[in-house]
Amino acid sequence: MEPRSVAIVGAAETTDLGRIPGLSQIQLHADAALNAMQDCGISPGEIDGVATAGETPANIAHYLGITPTWVDGTAVGGCSFMLHVRHAAAAINEGLCDVALVTHGESGRSRVGSGRYAAAPASLAGQYEAPYGLSGPPSMFTLGVLRYMKETGLTHEQLASVSVVQREWAALNPRSTFKDPITVEDVLNSRMIAYPFRLLQCCLVTDGGGALILVSKERARDFPTKPVYLLGTGESVETPMISQMEDMTTSRAFRVAGSKAFGEAGITHDEVDHVMIYDAFAHLPLYGLEDLGFVGRGEAGSFIEARNTAPGGTLPVNTNGGGLSYMHSGMYGMYALQESVRQMRGTAPAQVPDAKISVCHGVGGMFMASGTIIMTNE
Amino acid sequence: MADYEGPVPEPTPETEDFWDGAKRGELRLQQCDDCKNVIFPPRPFCPGCASRSVSSFTASGRAKLYSYVINHRPPRGFGPDPHAIAIVELDEGPRMMSNIIDCEQTPEALVLDMPLEVAFTPITDEISLPKFRPVGG
Repeated sequence: MEPRSVAIVGAAETTDLGRIPGLSQIQLHADAALNAMQDCGISPGEIDGVATAGETPANIAHYLGITPTWVDGTAVGGCSFMLHVRHAAAAINEGLCDVALVTHGESGRSRVGSGRYAAAPASLAGQYEAPYGLSGPPSMFTLGVLRYMKETGLTHEQLASVSVVQREWAALNPRSTFKDPITVEDVLNSRMIAYPFRLLQCCLVTDGGGALILVSKERARDFPTKPVYLLGTGESVETPMISQMEDMTTSRAFRVAGSKAFGEAGITHDEVDHVMIYDAFAHLPLYGLEDLGFVGRGEAGSFIEARNTAPGGTLPVNTNGGGLSYMHSGMYGMYALQESVRQMRGTAPAQVPDAKISVCHGVGGMFMASGTIIMTNE
Repeated sequence: MADYEGPVPEPTPETEDFWDGAKRGELRLQQCDDCKNVIFPPRPFCPGCASRSVSSFTASGRAKLYSYVINHRPPRGFGPDPHAIAIVELDEGPRMMSNIIDCEQTPEALVLDMPLEVAFTPITDEISLPKFRPVGG
């Protein structure tokens, strides 16, 4: 992708976040999409590209009254929307569509009109992982962390500091689910979920949605919103089985997506003002900071503990409060993208002063997939 | 075996040899005849070099504890007590998910890199799961 050739001109979340028992999953997509259309002042008839995960593009296009010339149903978990943004940029540059809509909606908490996930018994995950007493992502996504701790010296206190710092950001955000301050002791005294992970190191489960509208940089001038340009993009997948990662202390998919995005953007890490790293669990920002190259191997724990990523720090990370405190519907990547757009528009509740470049990094499945989007407002 | 209420693996043509071996008490792996890559989970080709010439063999059953969590919210059929979900690294190279048996399910007892050996647990008449226990434990 040519840097700055495509811009995000419409961006919005669902009107409400948290508990939304009155809306089914597809209506959460629609609520967010309608808010994004209102944000940039267009109607469904002007949209000719649809990308989504959780629902099919056909479901969303038909429900919203869109006749698309381009669709993308890439579904690789919570970072699917990063991949949709990347694919939409390619589609716009290739002339496959002019106005692309990316939607997410998930009734993660209320479970209205949404399915449940279980590995098929004949799949490899069904044969070689499911029978060992798993209780969903908290007992699986976390599996490599003791190895990471042994190899890098990460302490339980440093891991707990991730949740503490993100709660500080959440306190600045009126839409955050949890805003009350917490301490390292609070984290380490919270209920054990899957040792070494406790409740306050695991993400929320909430309802919500979000949508983005993308056009070419030329079309972007026609819209009333401040354009947020795509500077670099990357994606990859590694394995659908966490037990089969090449190395459980680092994500190959993170490294591949990240280096691709930075290479395309042509920037150095010093130029980055703001970072979002999908935090379904407290170790993900550690893996993200290291695998994206912001810090060296084994340095992320002390980097966060030393408040570099906290309000007032040198590298603000997860400024909406993250999946740990803001919201997490199940496929959180859309909310990370929304916060990067807000930071680039200058409208974030916890705005980073003069932020010009934002790196937004997502994970899908349990280190199964990854997508990185680098944005700029210049 | 009668107590098991969890998910039951459903073998496919590509994994039959593994589950037949497990039922006999053998841990079956595959090796590429061309590049000698050891392959798990089973598939009739080598993901390293794309050769379709691979052979199954019975592994040593020796492993070490690579990483784990202790699940404090066990699913139905796994009893009320916290249990470890482990990643073991086989001597032959591949890693696999398993449980650690004949061992306290505590951070003190579960020490990374401790030597393990395979032990099969039947869950149905047809399926036995490879689990691991401390060597000499």
